[in-house]
Amino acid sequence: MDLQSGRVLMEKESLLPLLALLTPLFGSFLILLFGERRRNLREGTTLVISSLTLLWTFLMLEALNEGHILKKDLFELFPGLWFSFRADPFGMVFLLLSTSLWLIISIYSIGYMRSLNEHAQTRFFFCFSLAILGAIGVALSSNLASLFVFYEILTVSTFFLVAHEESPEALRAGRKYLVYLLSGASLGLFGIVYLWARYGNLSFLEGGFIGEVKDWALTFVFLVTFLGFGTKAALMPFHEWLPSAMIAPTPVSALLHAVAVVKAGVFTCLRILYFVFGAKDFPLGFLLGLSLFVSFTVIGANLLAIREDNLKRRLAFSTVNNLAVILLGGLMLSKEALKGAILHIPFHGFMKITLFMCAGSIYVSSKRERVSELDGIGHSMPFTMGAFTVAALGLCGIPPLCGFLSKWYLCLGTLEASKKWFLLVWLTSAFLDAVYFLPIVYRAFFKGKKDPMIKEAPLSMTIPLLLTALGSVVLGLFPNFLFHLLDLVKMVISSFWGV
Amino acid sequence: MNEQLPALVVVIPLLFSFLIYLMGFIGRRMPYFLLLISSALTSLSSWKLLIRVIKEGPISYHIGGWEPPWGIEYRVDHLNGVLAFVVSLVAFLVILSFRERVEKEVEVSRWSQLYALFSLQLCGLLGITVTGDVFNLYVLLEIASFSAYAMVAIGKKGGEFSAFRYLIFGTIGACCYLLGVGHLYILTGSLNMVDIVNLLKNLPDSSALRVGLCLLVIGIGVKMALFPLHTWLPDAYSQAPSTVSAFLAPLATKVAGYVLLRILFWMFKPTFPSEKVLLEILGWLALIGAFFFSFMAIVQRELRRAFCYLLLSEISLLGMGVSSGNLDGLRGAILHLINDVFMMGCLFTSICAFIHLFENEGLKDLEGLGLKNPWVSLGFLIGGLSVIGIPPFGGFFSKWYLILGTIEGKKWHLLVGLLVSSLINAVLIFKILERIYLKGTHLELSKRLPFCFSVSLLSFSISLLLLGGLASTIVKKVIDPWIFSLGGF
Repeated sequence: MDLQSGRVLMEKESLLPLLALLTPLFGSFLILLFGERRRNLREGTTLVISSLTLLWTFLMLEALNEGHILKKDLFELFPGLWFSFRADPFGMVFLLLSTSLWLIISIYSIGYMRSLNEHAQTRFFFCFSLAILGAIGVALSSNLASLFVFYEILTVSTFFLVAHEESPEALRAGRKYLVYLLSGASLGLFGIVYLWARYGNLSFLEGGFIGEVKDWALTFVFLVTFLGFGTKAALMPFHEWLPSAMIAPTPVSALLHAVAVVKAGVFTCLRILYFVFGAKDFPLGFLLGLSLFVSFTVIGANLLAIREDNLKRRLAFSTVNNLAVILLGGLMLSKEALKGAILHIPFHGFMKITLFMCAGSIYVSSKRERVSELDGIGHSMPFTMGAFTVAALGLCGIPPLCGFLSKWYLCLGTLEASKKWFLLVWLTSAFLDAVYFLPIVYRAFFKGKKDPMIKEAPLSMTIPLLLTALGSVVLGLFPNFLFHLLDLVKMVISSFWGV
Repeated sequence: MNEQLPALVVVIPLLFSFLIYLMGFIGRRMPYFLLLISSALTSLSSWKLLIRVIKEGPISYHIGGWEPPWGIEYRVDHLNGVLAFVVSLVAFLVILSFRERVEKEVEVSRWSQLYALFSLQLCGLLGITVTGDVFNLYVLLEIASFSAYAMVAIGKKGGEFSAFRYLIFGTIGACCYLLGVGHLYILTGSLNMVDIVNLLKNLPDSSALRVGLCLLVIGIGVKMALFPLHTWLPDAYSQAPSTVSAFLAPLATKVAGYVLLRILFWMFKPTFPSEKVLLEILGWLALIGAFFFSFMAIVQRELRRAFCYLLLSEISLLGMGVSSGNLDGLRGAILHLINDVFMMGCLFTSICAFIHLFENEGLKDLEGLGLKNPWVSLGFLIGGLSVIGIPPFGGFFSKWYLILGTIEGKKWHLLVGLLVSSLINAVLIFKILERIYLKGTHLELSKRLPFCFSVSLLSFSISLLLLGGLASTIVKKVIDPWIFSLGGF
């Protein structure tokens, strides 16, 4: 296929973006309708709607490949402000990530929920597809107001997933989640309304609709909005909800807390930085300050991850770190760094979801949740731990895995922006990644003995995680494989800096 | 028939209220069905009225053929046209839901009395909405209030006392309003609103006029339960029969809110010398109120009391929109008025249904409701999410305009109040949702809700969704024409 970067993309009306939203919407109500009594039909619905959505996504990718950005204006939210969708290259990256991993995780979650005989599975699958609807909407929205609608749908539906256990601890985690995210969203809403009041425009444009940023008020609004949406991206010091939310069932942690929810936060922040404020620098080295603030999260999260014994919580801190890495890459305001940052969105998604699925499989087969209990587990579950090792090495940035690629671009971009001190941040972060991931691998394979009682998890769980592990290898070697990720990213870059 | 519409929306419930009471002697169930028919007819005529107003502009109706300013004029423009429709529709939905509840809650001998009062109440509320005469408004205000006192008093033990308190407060409010009308009458010699508007233009500013305005605002403030004139409301509405609070909570305070808008922006103008100060004071009071009520709401143990405070904090938001006083603030206030009628209708009908099922209204008793009855839970879910401004429900859209209004008016204190009080309300709503969906065992038995309750709750939920989708249409077709007719925007 030929996805030439720099070619002029034409907008074209199409129903596809709408279909991609309606499918999970109707699907979720079908799930509710089938309920506990017809669980096979219910799970069938989940699989069908996730495959259909993936199909629509690929059709949109195909159209983009032919030079068309598909768009659909639905109705007016406010006079002059449409509820509208647009499948632009940047949105497509996030869309591809969420829909492709949704299909994989649906298979996994069916296996997971049934093996553990979880309660309230209908609510689980209903909220799950609503949350995905939110993520898809965030990816496809063509202005900040539409994005906010889906952002809130995502927030609310995820609440029921975080608190799914219904134990006091889970309820506490759910409350914490809401306090952080709803407060963040209020700040974000303030920013959005302020921009609407001042500019009468909220559409995402390459280069943004805001001219020179000179006054302090606008800088302040940017900061408030960035931090407000940054709560979803678990920026420190607003990150506390994420490790607590790991109480949720593993598929939720995997897809939502590694992929959809937090990435929606990162995605929104980048959208605001690049498509609203137009990647222009703010006065008085403001962005430098913000970069330092984000760097603090990059390092701090990794330091916290090291001393965390609970496997899922350790992964959560690693997520906090990686999200900050993406944001920091975006804040560098250079070509290569943005390339690295955007690539890291799907790449980290693939690797992190593998790790979470492994954690879930380990829990299902052995009921173990702590790193210190994992001695010798690699002998009993070679496939699972093999996948874990691949993904962990990828996150440390070892070539030829995909984590290396994004980090390479990030480092290049830092040099390009002549902010060479930030190289230290990247390298320290990668080093700390290794510090907390490799001991797990070491314990699993080189310590302890085989426990004959533990077997691999059911196939419906093992196959998805092998697939995503394979994915992170293949994407590292051929970043254009299937999803044309590199081409998409090049299109985004060229819309800002030219070819 | 079409010419008589403005009168019909008032006359139908008025006549029916007599008929309902009389028919009570013939059949036990008759009054209810008459009430249902009366509210359905009213909704229908108010819908036709609204359509006519949108097509042809404001309608003036002269009662008994007496020309204004001597006779009483009913004047329907975009604002009260839409409000009359919304009020009668929500009244219909509430009435549709509650027959079985009334029969369980109120003794047989009182059924026809209560139903007659409902109809009279509806007559009063719609009359306040469509009248174009300040004194006639007072009369209708008293009709609505007195039927409300009686309805509250029918309630459980303690109801009489809170009804009495309500009566004292309500009467003081009505007196203030009447005194204000007196001031206006002395100064202008007219009671007709259009006439007053014209006469006020040439009237020099005087302390008598200012006092008159303040008295009007205080009087309406009591009826509207603005902070700090709210003290009657939580007791009255939580001691009343659950059906009565489901009927009064969404409607009564909102209609008073409409009168406030009418007085502050249509009869008087924000350019009026003392009004700027008045709006400023109103803003601060609404701000304090919003915080206070939101906090009070989360510490209540009883569901209905908590929602009464929620209602009060929503009214405070209305006050903030009024206080912003600019185009978007007004849009927000009016849209919020419309949304709030539906949101409170949804929440209070849910409470009514909940009490019907469990004869209990502690917050604790909500546990496991999601499994026991999906419809009541749906009402709480949608109504609650809309109240705290989660898109895509109606509440989000009015909050958007309110925020926009405060930003454009540079009223930062109100902005903070809006955002923070919504967050505090979210605590209450999610406390409830958590109990409904995430607590309780998974072995709960489902309880069957009367069919009409489910229909009504479903309609409320759908309307809240529609209000979100239609927000821009409502603003363009109804709200903007009214605001632009005021001039100065």
